[in-house]
Order: sequence, then C-alpha cells, then structure tokens
Amino acid sequence: MSEPRLDVRKTYKLYIGGGFVRSESGRCLPARNPSGRLLDNFCQASRKDLRDAVAAARGAGEGWAKRSPYLRGQILYRAAEMLENRASAMTEEIARSTGVAAAQARAEVNLAIDRLVYFAGWTDKFTQVFGAVNPVASSHFNFTIPEPTGVVAVLAPDEPSLLALVSLAAPVILTGNSAVVIASERFPLPALSLAEIVATSDLPGGVINILAGKRGELLAHIADHLDINAVVNAVAGAEQALQSGTAINLKRYAARNLSAEEWFTDAGQDPYWIGDTVEYKTVWHPIGL
Amino acid sequence: MNATLSYPVRPGSIREAVPTVDQVTIEERAADFTKRSIKTSAKLAGLKMVVSMIDLTTLEGKDTPGRIAYLCRKALRPIEAKYEVPSCGAVCVYPNMVRYARRFLGDNSPVRVASVATGFPSGQYPLRTKLEETRRATGDGADEIDMVMDRGAFLAGDHGRVSDEIGAIKGACGEAHLKVILETGELVTYDNVRLASQLAMEAGADFIKTSTGKVQPAATLPVTLVMLEAIRDYFFATGVRIGMKPAGGIRTAKQSLAYLVMVKETLGDDWLTPELFRIGASTLLNDVLMQIVKTVEGNYQSADYFSLS
Repeated sequence: MSEPRLDVRKTYKLYIGGGFVRSESGRCLPARNPSGRLLDNFCQASRKDLRDAVAAARGAGEGWAKRSPYLRGQILYRAAEMLENRASAMTEEIARSTGVAAAQARAEVNLAIDRLVYFAGWTDKFTQVFGAVNPVASSHFNFTIPEPTGVVAVLAPDEPSLLALVSLAAPVILTGNSAVVIASERFPLPALSLAEIVATSDLPGGVINILAGKRGELLAHIADHLDINAVVNAVAGAEQALQSGTAINLKRYAARNLSAEEWFTDAGQDPYWIGDTVEYKTVWHPIGL
Repeated sequence: MNATLSYPVRPGSIREAVPTVDQVTIEERAADFTKRSIKTSAKLAGLKMVVSMIDLTTLEGKDTPGRIAYLCRKALRPIEAKYEVPSCGAVCVYPNMVRYARRFLGDNSPVRVASVATGFPSGQYPLRTKLEETRRATGDGADEIDMVMDRGAFLAGDHGRVSDEIGAIKGACGEAHLKVILETGELVTYDNVRLASQLAMEAGADFIKTSTGKVQPAATLPVTLVMLEAIRDYFFATGVRIGMKPAGGIRTAKQSLAYLVMVKETLGDDWLTPELFRIGASTLLNDVLMQIVKTVEGNYQSADYFSLS
C-alpha cells in the first residue's frame, strides 16, 4: 500500500565566504548529463556574486596568510581527509554528471585527493625552495622570499570537472592566497559538491569561493576587477576576454593549457605553479657594521 | 486612567506630551527603506550628497596633530578633482585636537570643525568641567559641539537635570552649533529615544545625534527613524528645524543611501542638506568613494587604490 515517493531535488548553491548562497540575481540553470537528462538545478552566479566572492576572499586572505605554514598544510590535509571520506558520493556525482564509468570517476576522485595531499606538503617548503639567499657585493645579508599575492581568480576547465579544479586551486591557496574559483560550465555539480566537503574541513570561510554559471558573463568583470591580484586560467578561448582587462592593474596572468587527459598526468601537478601567484620580496639586511 | 501605567506621570510632564513608539511598525517601516532601487545617475548624485554630509571622525587615544592634518586634508578633498566630489561636512575630533584641525583648515574652510565634549563618551563628569571643556573647544575654534547626554540622570528619571545641563552647555557654546548625543544604545527602549529626543530639542539642541560610536548598537535605521519622527513633530509644533546625525555603524555606501531615503521620506527635501543632516563615520567615506569611482569607471575597485581611512 506504500505510495510512490516524491523525489527531494536539490538546487546546488554557490559557495561564498564559507556560506552557501543563492545567486544575488535569483537565477538558476539546469545541470544535464551528456545525453541531456536533467540532473538537478544550480544557481547561476552574476557579476554581483563575483563581487561578493572577491570581497569575501579579500576579507579571509589576511588571516589565512598569517596562519603558520605548518597549520595551512594540516588544514589542506584535512580537506583531503574529508574528500576521502566522501569519495563514493563524489564518484557518483562525477559519474552521473559526465557519464563516465564509475571506475574512471573513482580514479579522478583518488587523484584529486592525492593532489591535495601533495600540495598540502608544499605549504612549509615553498619558501625554502623558491626563496633564495643572494650573493651581493656589499655588507648585506640579502634574501628573497615568496609571499602570497592576494586574491586569485581561478578559471577551471570543463573537464575533468573535479580534478582540474583541485589541481588549480591547491597551489594558489597553499601560500596564503585566497581564491575565487569559476567551476566547469558544462559539469558544475562536482565542483559545487566539493564546496560542501570543503565547508566541513577546517579551511576558513572565504579562502576558497566557488561560483558556477556562464563563464562568458563573468570574464570581463574578472579581468577589470581591481581587487583581483592574479588570474589563473585553464579555459581555452578565454584569453582574449581576460587580457584586455587584466592590463588595467597589471594582474598576474597564468595560463594552464592542458588537455583533459593531461590533467591525469604529472603535468597537472606542477610545483612551479606555486610561483605564479606569489610576490617575491627581497630584503637587504645590513651586517657587520 | 494613569493608575494603569507602570510609572507615575505628573500632569503636564514631558512623558505625557511625548507619544509612545510602536516597535513593530517602526522596525518594519525602517526595513522598507533598504529596498529602494537607486542606480546610475541617482546613485551617483546620492553618493556625492553623502560625502558632503559626512562628519569625518577620529576619536582615538592615539590621535596626533599629524593624524588630524591627514583627516582634514582628506575631508577637504576626498579624491581627485575629476570625480567632482564635494568636501565633507566636518571633521569630528577630541577637544585637544580642535586647535590643530582649525590651524590646518584655516578660518574660511568649507569643512567645519566639530568637537565632542562634556566628558565624551560617558558624560559622567561634573557640569563645571563639562562647561569648561565646551568653552575651551569653542575657544580653540570648534564650529560645532557634539555633547553627550547624561544617560545616568535620564534613566533615573531626572529629566529636569538632563534638560538643565543641555541648556547650560548650549549657553557655553555661544555661536557654535550644539549636537546632543543621546547614546541610543544605552536608552533601552524606543520610547526612551523619543522622549530623550524631545528633551534635547526643547532644551536647545540644534542637532540630535544617535551615538558616540563607543557603544553597541550604535546608529540603526529604526532608532534614527524614531528620532526623525520626533524632529518632524517638533517642526509641526514649533516651526523650528532640528538637524539629525546618525553616527557609528554606518560603513557602506548602500547603508548611507538608505538613510538618505529615510530622511527624504520622513522629513522631505528640506532636510537633505549638510545644514540639517550629517552622518558620523570614519570608514564610510572610502566605501562611498569606491562606489563613486565604480559608477564612473564601470569596474569594481580595490581599497589598495584609496588613501587610508
């Protein structure tokens, strides 16, 4: 005699400042799998959501950069733990979104977890490895240290929806930057699910903000937003729209031109990416006077 | 009929003359003012008006003559001339800093010098020293005195003393305008805010002001609305225009526009002038400037490109 049960369908929200918000614009988009079946709806970020995300990132950045490198590493490792804990749910999310086999989706999740652990290890090492003590011809102790550049916009490619996002964002935030990530336009659900996992890790709200929607709408506003210090772009075809605006305040611009397959190789785990979103500070310290 | 009230009301007392405030209505009405859509040219005009109404404030123990000079410079010209932004209404400083502000601004400055006085922020000092402070501040060149009301006496029901003290300070002000700070965050109820507004206006205030900025909550929309309505009714009764100054807690351009909307819809265009409406703030100015530049240039701005507040 049991009645048919009505599905409780979810509308995925944007992740801004550690909270889940509907778009300021009130807009939603349907997420569909490759064969066109409706999976769920998700909120479509507007330029004002971008503005809010940048403000949240700016607010969170100072406190995040002041945490000890060791603690930042612990927190990133904890995020990996949380993802591991929900690996099967994330596998299911990728599989139903992109239509790939469960085994392949699971491989992507595993690799994403491993990348997080890998970059977690870099938090207390990048200063030594990328910094330097410089020989100078005067009685100075001269050294160069990398410091976080500030707020970084990250444009994730359509595929692989989870792995590329993690591989792009981890080297940005590990140094103490905060990030505004624009998720895969074609398959946004894994990124928005990742937000729900990140929210339960110890990462302070605002260090990572995840927006979804139509990338094209946001590109110009990312490019000319003066409070964004750097752009990391892995989306083919977005360069033109980004480059005209980034000149306004000389944002750092880093391109990650990888094919969908290359994200699964070592090319997607490049420690030199860390150096693209830091500022090098050189100090002349008088000695022997 | 008076027997049903919880406190005794003397016939003819000010308590009897002042209406009570309906909390639900006031808060609903105040929330409504945040829902107006003000865009493009109207927004730009509103934001520039806000700048002209700001009492740019620094009230810290670490204030120095150099900091005051910086504040005055910023109040005189908040941003490059190309944005056509007016000067701020005034700078608001501690009594000891008045002379430095006056020296920097000179005698014919568009920016006025306001000084807090009378034992700011608590007001728990003898009247004699309060009068001395007021005379010194005006003697050093203050155009406006922001006095704190004696909340202790008010809450104890000693309205006569509160009133007499405001009157005495008004006398000591001479030419200077008197703003009376009610410190609404300590007055507990809207009825008390309304009553204190009436007391201050009758005792000689030129302006009534919400807060010192040292107590939370400071200025809120509902509390300001209660005071604006008191000003409106006082105007209907006497024909005298009293000014309003919300202070403390107004940090964003959006908030400040909501206040302008409230003033316009409660008191009308006559009050939309720095002569009758001011906003006491320190960090608000930069947010307003950022919004002005954003509206003109079209892109979102960064605090990195604005002078410190």
